[in-house]
Amino acid sequence: MTHSDTDQTRAPARRNFVQQLDLDLRLLGMIGAFAILCIGFDLLTGGRFLTPRNIFNLTIQTVSVAIMATGMVFVIVTRNIDLSVGALLATCSAVMAMTQTQWLPNIFGLELGNPLIPWITIAFGLFVGALIGSFHGWLVGYLTIPAFIVTLGGLLVWRNVGWYLTSGKTIGPLDPTFMKFGGINGTLGETGSWILGLIAVAAALYALYSARRNKQKHGFTVKPLWAEGVLAGLTAAVILGFVATLNAYEIPTRKLKRMFEARGEVMPEGFTQAYGIPISVLVLIFVAIAMTVLARRTRLGRYIFATGGNPDAAELSGINTRWLTVKIFALMGTLCALSAVVASARLANHSNDIGTLDELRVIAAAVIGGTALSGGVGTIYGAILGALIMQSLQSGMAMVGVDAPLQNIVVGAVLVLAVLIDIQYRKRAGAAK
Amino acid sequence: MTSTKRTNGGTPLVEMRDMCIAFGGVHAVDHVSVDLYPGEVVGLLGHNGAGKSTLIKMLSGAYQADSGEILINGEKADIQNPRDARSYNIETIYQTLALADNLDAASNLFLGRELVTPLGFVDEDAMEAESRKIMARLNPNFQKFAEPVSALSGGQRQSVAIARAVYFDARILIMDEPTAALGPHETQMVSELIQQLKAEGIGIFLISHDIHDVLELCDRASVMKNGKLVGTVDVDDVTDDDLLSMIILGKKPGEAAA
Ligand SMILES: Nc1ncnc2c1ncn2[C@@H]1O[C@H](COP(=O)(O)OP(=O)(O)OP(=O)(O)O)[C@@H](O)[C@H]1O
Ligand SMILES: [Mg+2]
Repeated sequence: MTHSDTDQTRAPARRNFVQQLDLDLRLLGMIGAFAILCIGFDLLTGGRFLTPRNIFNLTIQTVSVAIMATGMVFVIVTRNIDLSVGALLATCSAVMAMTQTQWLPNIFGLELGNPLIPWITIAFGLFVGALIGSFHGWLVGYLTIPAFIVTLGGLLVWRNVGWYLTSGKTIGPLDPTFMKFGGINGTLGETGSWILGLIAVAAALYALYSARRNKQKHGFTVKPLWAEGVLAGLTAAVILGFVATLNAYEIPTRKLKRMFEARGEVMPEGFTQAYGIPISVLVLIFVAIAMTVLARRTRLGRYIFATGGNPDAAELSGINTRWLTVKIFALMGTLCALSAVVASARLANHSNDIGTLDELRVIAAAVIGGTALSGGVGTIYGAILGALIMQSLQSGMAMVGVDAPLQNIVVGAVLVLAVLIDIQYRKRAGAAK
Repeated sequence: MTSTKRTNGGTPLVEMRDMCIAFGGVHAVDHVSVDLYPGEVVGLLGHNGAGKSTLIKMLSGAYQADSGEILINGEKADIQNPRDARSYNIETIYQTLALADNLDAASNLFLGRELVTPLGFVDEDAMEAESRKIMARLNPNFQKFAEPVSALSGGQRQSVAIARAVYFDARILIMDEPTAALGPHETQMVSELIQQLKAEGIGIFLISHDIHDVLELCDRASVMKNGKLVGTVDVDDVTDDDLLSMIILGKKPGEAAA
């Protein structure tokens, strides 16, 4: 065994600026690609792409796919696939639409507008999503039917169960509180957004600090202090920059006037109000943090990645991989239901074709985000960034005026290209080690 | 070599009685009985495909026997899966190592038994610190703690698998060709480790193709051929030629060819 080579790679002389920061190169590459994409579209549209308004819209359009993509990471990491997420979203959306407009008012006698309705609806929707997901997981884990087949069947089944639940009708209008989860109808406002931004900065700084202290406690080498400083500064700048951008998008004067009129007041001259962070984005941030903690800091997350890397080894280490499969699909189902809340709230009603083709967007987002179909590898932030890249590409091309068929051709080509680049990158990174 | 530590009349740590398992039509293990006493090393010998790994996998919970029974400390043990085996303090180094290639050494070492913080979160740094300690004992040159084990050499991977088996206070240790990929120095360290564990009263099943290793490290040797047990002998009573003829011809010393 040779060990001299290990010592060399650890020598400080060979570490450059980026290595000292200890950042994920792959992540940097994706951020770079995303930045080029945004700037490119901005130039092509004459500055219309990078406006607060468009960034706001991009963000709220991405949320639903991004939420599901985080769950898809776990599914793909364990060498499974879920083709039914779009259909599952439709069924959950149908269930929730019926719950709030028909079942609760007609069967349980809760009057429309009762403050309990949205919460009971969401809880029930999440439960149904988890239940259907667990059923898929049971078929895959315990009855050992390939996930591809189970969820291909699920794609047909759940899309049409949704249809039967609503008899194919569009259901709406939805509960006003429920609709706040959709994006434009529910935002934190300027002050609320700044407060949240500052809390986020404080939390990020504390996380960096406690990670460093923990490493020192065990006597491991830590990054130089200046590198930590740069990292902290970057993090804070990104968070606050995001808040500032969303706060720069002001509610149109006409809409504000109507809001005042609805309250029976007159709008003062020169009054302005910004949207700020949408509640749906808040939901996504919460999901992202929870899923990242789950992946990195819990046993369940460990087992997911270990099972993806070597299912036999996981089994021999005493991990119950069948039960694990059930949990992963249950989580995926729950996230589909959460996406259903956001998607139907954004559209203000439930329609039959909600979530159509979402399975492809979600899988593409996870894969562009670096989740390997061979299993064992994937990150939550990658999948979210992947969803953002997909959405930007699509809206950007629409803005530039690219024909719809060509848009799809480009998206398809980009997906394949992204995976090719990823494979090449991994080969290099593997060889370098 | 010291004489066997078996005290006549004592209860064996492990007794596998009349074990059978078949895959399709192949009788991989056919009515085999072996036992193991505390502080004893029992070698398992046999040609490729003789059924050695399959036999110990029934003890480690990886396979369920078709028939036969396993007694631990004289009591019937019910081992349905690897978790059950671990609960009897049985630790195994598999021939295939059973590592998750995408995880680093510490994650593999603690797989299924992660160290957690008071809040219940996985404590990566504590696990790495513990891994460094145990690896310092086994293979002081080992440095690759941050890389996934796919980036390790065969011997380094084997060191990780050994570390995992000895870290968790095993009482019964199964080693399936533990030194197959190790260099001479590392092999020597594993031999010393085996002596040390033996002195602590741990019982060890050692599968090996190296007859000299077996003669040096083991108290008894059980030889298998085509899924059947040829016989079990005290290593002090036999020569390497005797063992060879048991493995190749399938006959016990002093017996006519089977
Ligand atoms: N999971 C399985 N499915 C089918 N056949 C198996 C399985 N495991 C083992 N066998 C068969 O059982 C027999 C014994 O295999 P085993 O792995 O126990 O041999 P071994 O003595 O450990 O050999 P080696 O020295 O090569 O490791 C072989 O014929 C093998 O093909
Ligand atoms: Mg074997």
